[in-house]
Amino acid sequence: MLDLDLTFFSADLFEKFILKGLLFSFQLTFVAMIGGIVFGTLLAMMRLSGMSWLALPATAYVNGMRSIPLVMVILWFFLLIPFVIGRPIGAELSAFITFTAFEAAYYSEIMRAGIQSISRGQVYAGQAVGLSYGQNMRYVILPQAFRNMLPVLLTQTIILFQDTSLVYAIGAYDLLRGFEISGKNMNRPIEAYLLAAVTYFVICYSLSYCVKRLQRRIAIIR
Amino acid sequence: MGYRWDWEVFLRDTGGDQTYLEWMLSAWGWTLSVAACSWIIALAVGVFIGTLRTLPSRALTTIGNAWVELFRNIPLLVQIFLWYHVVPALFPVMRSAPSFLLVICALGFFTSARVAEQVRAGIQSLPSGQRNAGLAMGLTLAQTYRFVVLPMAFRIIIPPLTSEAMNIIKNSSVAFAVSISELTLFALQAQEETSRGIEIYLAVTSLYMMSAFAVNRVMAWIERRVRVPGYVGAGR
Repeated sequence: MLDLDLTFFSADLFEKFILKGLLFSFQLTFVAMIGGIVFGTLLAMMRLSGMSWLALPATAYVNGMRSIPLVMVILWFFLLIPFVIGRPIGAELSAFITFTAFEAAYYSEIMRAGIQSISRGQVYAGQAVGLSYGQNMRYVILPQAFRNMLPVLLTQTIILFQDTSLVYAIGAYDLLRGFEISGKNMNRPIEAYLLAAVTYFVICYSLSYCVKRLQRRIAIIR
Repeated sequence: MGYRWDWEVFLRDTGGDQTYLEWMLSAWGWTLSVAACSWIIALAVGVFIGTLRTLPSRALTTIGNAWVELFRNIPLLVQIFLWYHVVPALFPVMRSAPSFLLVICALGFFTSARVAEQVRAGIQSLPSGQRNAGLAMGLTLAQTYRFVVLPMAFRIIIPPLTSEAMNIIKNSSVAFAVSISELTLFALQAQEETSRGIEIYLAVTSLYMMSAFAVNRVMAWIERRVRVPGYVGAGR
């Protein structure tokens, strides 16, 4: 057995190497969640619009994104964005765009299920009181769909937080990279990887515990 | 856009006595074998853990739940690093293990938590009368699982297992991080060497899509073959 020495880990080290990565991972998760839910809802509405010129591209986008490994999507965007806008962008900015675009596909499937879970009667009632399509969506359907799907959306966000570690492929500075670099600097790589695993576990486990409690509360209200 | 395609890049020599096309095909082989070997581990461990979680023993259920929570709440990339850097350091037996073995353990155990979740859901979705009927006929608990519960549960969970099998193909791409020469690592290196990233990424992406589609068809075929007439819906 090898002796583990965790004493190398200090508040100073945390501030110097890890905090920056932790903040980036949280920012990336948050931006991709908000952006992903907004674009995902739009994609879901396109797919359910019943107009094939809207539904077909949205379906192709969602299925395409979902059938490619995330690492490849990250690499694609990192290659294509500079190619399209004509100048290089940093790995961090590229990650924000990639994760928003990628997660939109997954959130859109959740929102689609949410919208479809609203009973027909609700839609007809909205139409009957004279709401336009947009008003019906805005005031009747989407609030309920969003609420029904809240636990699933949050679970997807936990998966998203775990997936942010894959920015490793383009060398962005995230939580994992922070631990890796401090492990290299202190010559304690094994302990650093263990601490990284513990950190991710604590964050994800407590988040999923909260989601479970939320789910129970929502179930009672309904 | 005036992009000049250059598909001949695949016929260029890598400098290692093979063309980029040959390199890509062997990388595809690595991707498929990583996915297939991990899938075997994931199924075996996942079925075992998933079954544990439905047994009438508090201790075994807790072990099963702990397993699932542990492997579900750590990112796959971190788990791969743990297997690659930490496990050999902690267990000297693993020191000479090839990285291929470490990666399929990582991916296999990671996926086993998801498979276990599906297996548990499948078993619990069966009406409890089935289990009770088995026990009432004098079968032992093990026999009830072997002949009554599991055969039905497996058929029920084929659709979610199909998407897990497709996920494992996609997740095998994370193995690039520990230098398994699979498709994503090929894409990264060949892109750097040739600067023909778009052609190479397109080829690699379509190989991933073809593999996932093939898995989907095989699972649909299995689903059709094993269905119980009049009970579980047929595969599409």
